[in-house]
Amino acid sequence: MPSPENVLDVQQLVKHFPVRRSLLRRQTGAIKAVDGVDLQLRQGETLGLVGESGCGKSTLARLLMALERPTSGQVLFHGEDIHALSGSRLRALRRRIQIILQDPYTSLNPRMTVGDIVGEPFEIHRDAAPRGSKRTRVGELLEVVGLDPDHVNRYPHQFSGGQRQRIGIARALALRPEVVICDEPVSALDVSVQAQVINLLVSLQSEFSLSYVFIAHDLSVVRHVSDRVAVMYLGKIVETGSHAEIYDHAAHPYTQALLSAAPEPDPELRGQRSTIVLEGDVPSPADPPSGCHFRTRCWLAEPRCADEEPELTVRPGSEHPTACHFAAESPKVDH
Amino acid sequence: MSQLDIDRLSVEFRVRGQVIRAVDELSYSLSSGQTLVLLGESGSGKSVSALAVMGLLETPPAVITGGEIRFDGTDLLALSRKQARSFRGRRISMIFQDALSALNPVLSVGFQIAEMMRVHEGLSKADSRQRAIELMERVRIPAAAKRFGDYPHEFSGGMRQRIMIAMALALSPDFLIADEPTTALDVTVQAQIVALLGELRQETSMGMVLITHDLGLAADVADRIAVMYAGRIVEAAPAADLYRAPAHPYTAGLLASIPRASRKGHALLPIKGSPPSLAAVPSGCAFHPRCPMSTERCSIERPELRTLSDGRTSACHYAEEVSNALA
Repeated sequence: MPSPENVLDVQQLVKHFPVRRSLLRRQTGAIKAVDGVDLQLRQGETLGLVGESGCGKSTLARLLMALERPTSGQVLFHGEDIHALSGSRLRALRRRIQIILQDPYTSLNPRMTVGDIVGEPFEIHRDAAPRGSKRTRVGELLEVVGLDPDHVNRYPHQFSGGQRQRIGIARALALRPEVVICDEPVSALDVSVQAQVINLLVSLQSEFSLSYVFIAHDLSVVRHVSDRVAVMYLGKIVETGSHAEIYDHAAHPYTQALLSAAPEPDPELRGQRSTIVLEGDVPSPADPPSGCHFRTRCWLAEPRCADEEPELTVRPGSEHPTACHFAAESPKVDH
Repeated sequence: MSQLDIDRLSVEFRVRGQVIRAVDELSYSLSSGQTLVLLGESGSGKSVSALAVMGLLETPPAVITGGEIRFDGTDLLALSRKQARSFRGRRISMIFQDALSALNPVLSVGFQIAEMMRVHEGLSKADSRQRAIELMERVRIPAAAKRFGDYPHEFSGGMRQRIMIAMALALSPDFLIADEPTTALDVTVQAQIVALLGELRQETSMGMVLITHDLGLAADVADRIAVMYAGRIVEAAPAADLYRAPAHPYTAGLLASIPRASRKGHALLPIKGSPPSLAAVPSGCAFHPRCPMSTERCSIERPELRTLSDGRTSACHYAEEVSNALA
């Protein structure tokens, strides 16, 4: 349902990558990277997206950026389907949704100066900065992210990992976007530097009234920055709610297992917390289990789970939407 | 009960006329049955020190410039390569972060595990195969006998790490050095591997050196923790003491900077700046440019690692003030 406060509204989004074999390139199967996702991003909020590798979070990010065409479903930006746009209207849209990438080492061109990297968006969108104001704007952007504007002629290798991530952030902010997709923005950084970048992202959000989709596998980082959280498993959202609903009242067994598996930085809790150790690995998205995708690793699974796919909806066991037939807050997981 | 003592170990890299001191007078002791965590960020020297203990450093460019690595009193650095090799591999073994690149891609995993027993213990092909399957079962690889002939790429990341652990256990070592063994794994798989290592240590009373940058993982497994910064140990203490009252400003800064439930809605308290390059380590205390407590003395005089009144060690001129301020 398009609603005025939703900046992004994702409806039944599906992305299958075809698997082709043999000379005739017949399609023999599909990697179901994103398999029916519904999401809403509200104005000014941070939506945390957590899940393990291969669950489809990065493909979802590329779909939200219109870098990938969906197999079916829609991404509405202020009510307008972004995948139906082309030409100048698509270019205009790209200014309003930007991305910050994980690896500050490979996402910056080593042959370009910092000034060229941060100024490049203005080359592409000539009307974004009045003639002759590019240099000033680049200097302002560097200052905003805590870099010295005098370093505008340096190259990426002359900066540390944390500073490089700031360059990536400055580039993402250049065109004054409304939505920023943060795809694992701090996971390549040293622990002592992560906190600097997290604080920066939080303060930029209020300064520029940004809405964030914050993708990460580190649960404590997501808890810190997010207003709402969506948990993804094998191409589907299995549970979504406010940060308190997810972290303190998780009702889907996968969320409970994920939270209990994350180690707490306190040795005195050792042996006191109950840890759910899941069996096995995440199944291949080329051949996900029937019914509930999580059932092969779930300790609550019953025959019904193999036959009937649970919808993401509010259920008797919990006040926020979960995709589990047996959603319930207990067993209480301490984390 | 075996004992591993690292005593003032120093390692330098000599590249293009430049000398980079990656490990600087590192000392620690470990008895079998204990777990020591070496905690540090990238470039702190934790992995290089482990490779030095295992004799796996490439020389040149790496040179062990001083110190001793004693196994039950025998200094491995004073032995011939051949003599030292009977300790390494057999009595001390190691697992790595990236199991895919540590395993040979063109040999089956079963062959690689069995090879350990054939080379070191002279077992026959049939016997070593049997033992390898037992080891694969012990690290919970499903259908071990059937998967004996499979190649590394046919296993998932978590299963490959189990294969590495099986290889490391093949000769029943007294000590296991685990270098970021779960960093490349997802959190639910990490929990499986941590649980497995815990069980194996209970069964075998093996001593373990676990290298990590993860304060959560360290809290979960460590008996003692040694915190490294710019090639040196800056603080060492029993795990619970270290988290309760750190005695070095770097440790205190790390603990304050990680997001916790109680800090939700507040800004995090980061350490300013970034870890130094080992090619340009700051004078005096290497941490002084980032330290909120530093004085002029810190930029001139290097603080030695010293024992505090409660038996812990810290390399800070103001260690007592740090622990008092936080207590």
